[in-house]
Amino acid sequence: MDQLVIAGRSFNSRLMVGTGKFASNQAMVDAMEHSGCEIVTVALRRVDIDNPQDSLLSHIDRERYLLLPNTSGARDADEAVRLARLARAAGCEPWVKLEVTPDPYYLLPDPIETLKAAEILVKDGFIVLPYMPADPVLAKRLEEVGTATVMPLGAPIGTNKGLRTRDHIAIIIEQAKVPVVVDAGLGAPSHAAEAMEMGADAVLVNTALADTPDPAAMARAFRKGVEAGREAFVAGLGPQRQQAEASSPLTGFLRNS
Amino acid sequence: MTFLQQLAHYPQQQVKEQILAATPQQVDKALCKSKLDLSDFASLLSPQISDAQLEELAGRAHRLTCQRFGRTILLYAPLYLSNECHNGCRYCGFSADNHLPRKTLSLTEIEQEAKILRQQGFRHMLLLTGEAPEAAGIDFLEAAVQVVKPVCGSVSIEVFPMDTAGYQRMVAAGVDGLTLYQETYDAELYRELHPYGPKSDYQFRLQAPECAGEAGLRRIGIGSLLGLGECLTDVFYTGLHAHYLARRFWRTQVTISFPRLRPAEGGFQPRSIVSDRQLTQFICALRLLIPDAGLVLSTREDAELRDNLLPLGITQMSAGSCTAPGGYGDADHNGEQFAINDHRTPEEFAAVLKARGYEAVWKDWDNAFLNRAS
Repeated sequence: MDQLVIAGRSFNSRLMVGTGKFASNQAMVDAMEHSGCEIVTVALRRVDIDNPQDSLLSHIDRERYLLLPNTSGARDADEAVRLARLARAAGCEPWVKLEVTPDPYYLLPDPIETLKAAEILVKDGFIVLPYMPADPVLAKRLEEVGTATVMPLGAPIGTNKGLRTRDHIAIIIEQAKVPVVVDAGLGAPSHAAEAMEMGADAVLVNTALADTPDPAAMARAFRKGVEAGREAFVAGLGPQRQQAEASSPLTGFLRNS
Repeated sequence: MTFLQQLAHYPQQQVKEQILAATPQQVDKALCKSKLDLSDFASLLSPQISDAQLEELAGRAHRLTCQRFGRTILLYAPLYLSNECHNGCRYCGFSADNHLPRKTLSLTEIEQEAKILRQQGFRHMLLLTGEAPEAAGIDFLEAAVQVVKPVCGSVSIEVFPMDTAGYQRMVAAGVDGLTLYQETYDAELYRELHPYGPKSDYQFRLQAPECAGEAGLRRIGIGSLLGLGECLTDVFYTGLHAHYLARRFWRTQVTISFPRLRPAEGGFQPRSIVSDRQLTQFICALRLLIPDAGLVLSTREDAELRDNLLPLGITQMSAGSCTAPGGYGDADHNGEQFAINDHRTPEEFAAVLKARGYEAVWKDWDNAFLNRAS
């Protein structure tokens, strides 16, 4: 598969994995392994980022995976910025998945605070991957302040509903100059394949793997879904038509005579 | 509209009749809906619910909780700072009527207790007091939070109710959660059970969670003391209250606890006995009403029941608790608020969680959420 490039760094996998909700750290590690992912995101509020013995962090091989700390739980730009800075001060690479979710019920991203935080963090030297509502104008605004990607949601986080924001994501993909990572709401490998077929550069999943009896098997399935979708996109999907079209031209006889 | 005003639209007798009149068809209908309204919730509290319906309710609660929270349980520890109290609550071990050794911990003692809990693994601590402002008031709490915060991290309080200015001081001190049970929503019974002391003011207590929401607390926990009065209506009102708070304070997570009245000093006997079956039903029905609410189960319940309730919607549990001030450091303590029923150590309990396919979460908070000036 062609490589994904974010902020000058290349990745072979286009599937990113979240680390919440797993029944055990072993289940999480197995899912990561089988997904083929190279980027894993970890909620800073769940770990002691400066402690290598932390029960979750100690399970993640930092040579193999890019640890992408996220600011989940932050209610405004100030909190998100402080979280990101703490992670960097603890020795993390300056990559951050920016999440500002003031509503604890649907965990929807706050567009205003996200933009504010993104601007501060980019100026501060961070490589910012912002989780955002599927709003094409916001995607352009984030790109303008210098985020490394945009990460629109497919559906509210944890719902497994798939690409409910499909039309807006299509516009974001059409207009984006940075990689588009569909984050949140993807519940099945077919959802991931659909996003990739549309031209998304990558997807991120968590609940779909964690909340299943066999996370490792589901991770393999998502890996295949992402790869199939990407290859289809690169190969070029045929156009959709209203009516059937004969594969032998009906007017060929005119040219044969 | 305040919650007090909203409550007036749901007279107790009418609510009780609605719950009792729920037909099996109404229960089925509620079980099929993806989003419950309050009348569906009332139907799911029906004492007539069949075993098959209860099983289906439990299944839905389990699935919903896994989807929203994963297979994780947040562990917290209560830290009793003081048992001095001017209230005469008929059911409470700390009641001013009871003769028990009264104690308010010094800041040094508080730090020692917090360090013991930290060693056990706890990062989320719940500070508790009675209601005696001269011994353990707002100033005392501010000082206590400063001592506990560096040790553990996330600090919640379960103390006397405050006004908005009081809660603002708590937020500024670094408190992120509040637990405040109304005990019973039945105003008449409330008066009877709280004959004197500041807690006898039903309305002040009822409006306090709204003050906490205005002050910007991140989590607000409510509950009724099951067994005090008519549990069907008290659980309905708890759901109504949680629903109200979640809608009005959209940045705040609502949590709901299910304290069942336990034997305490003073010998108060519960008026109604809430069975394990009912408790299970209440927890599952509230999970369906508010899919993202934190649901809390303490060590009031015994080990077997706690283990069985684990997958049905619970998201936060305490372990190895002691309800007497200074009780973690002093093995010979007395002056408990109530007797606990699950005596497993935090380590043992975390091992049980693991064996049952759940991950114990000790930390779900970060320093960056505090220190707003830094």
